[in-house]
Amino acid sequence: MATDRLSLVFGALADPIRRAILTRLAEGEATVAELAAPFAVSQPAISKHLKVLAQAGLISRNRRATARISRLEAEPLREVTAWLARYQRFWDESHERLDDLLAAMQAGEEQDPCRDPAATAKGSDDEQD
Amino acid sequence: MSKTEITAEPGIPMIVMTREFDAPRELVFRAHTDPDLLVQWLGPRDLALTIDRYEVRNGGAWRYVNTDAEGNTYGFRGVFHGDPSPDAIVQTFEFEGAPGHVCLQSATFDKRGGKTLMRTVSAFQSVEDRDAMVASGMERGVHHSGERLAELLTRLQAS
Repeated sequence: MATDRLSLVFGALADPIRRAILTRLAEGEATVAELAAPFAVSQPAISKHLKVLAQAGLISRNRRATARISRLEAEPLREVTAWLARYQRFWDESHERLDDLLAAMQAGEEQDPCRDPAATAKGSDDEQD
Repeated sequence: MSKTEITAEPGIPMIVMTREFDAPRELVFRAHTDPDLLVQWLGPRDLALTIDRYEVRNGGAWRYVNTDAEGNTYGFRGVFHGDPSPDAIVQTFEFEGAPGHVCLQSATFDKRGGKTLMRTVSAFQSVEDRDAMVASGMERGVHHSGERLAELLTRLQAS
């Protein structure tokens, strides 16, 4: 995902009301009046938030009779999540390995520090998923 | 099982990471500063880590290289600021594939009974730097999943 689009999505997510709107829309589509109900802000203010969310591609809007219906579009959020998930996985896996190492060190099974570092890292290749 | 908490707030060029380890802080600190130990845990298992230099002192330089299964290499380097101790490891971090986009990292190790709470703060030069770093610097296979979406919303909601 291009960084500018990522920025647009992050910008849209930076506001607590807009995040609350997305959480509500995760349960199903809603009208502006329905979305405005839980907040102490006017419907025009909610409409402005919806416009920002629509520009980021986070929601789509359709007219039904006289009401304007908003619907959550999951893809941009999924991309943002994947963005963070990569980083999260890198550290989750590193820290799980560190847990094992710390446990081994405390059990007095500390590895020989003279061992070739590259060989150590390569030696675990067969354990990859 | 402990979990690594990563917070990357929209619009702010920082990443904060916390993790509890079931070991004394001196040991966790050592695992972060002894290259012979570092090489045994830093990075996913399918990335080989080779440490070129790791001068753990004020002004000391460090450099390591990741090699993936296809033989692609990714170099990272930086400098320690101040003598590293369990109270703080302060260092710069730069991906050699994006020279000049240097990040400032500080790690602290707090005693929690017999355990250690590690907290690292990474400050980037811009939100774009942070986003690009996260997107490309630690590239691996990604599993798209619906649950992650709910997790993200919950996390953002709580922030």
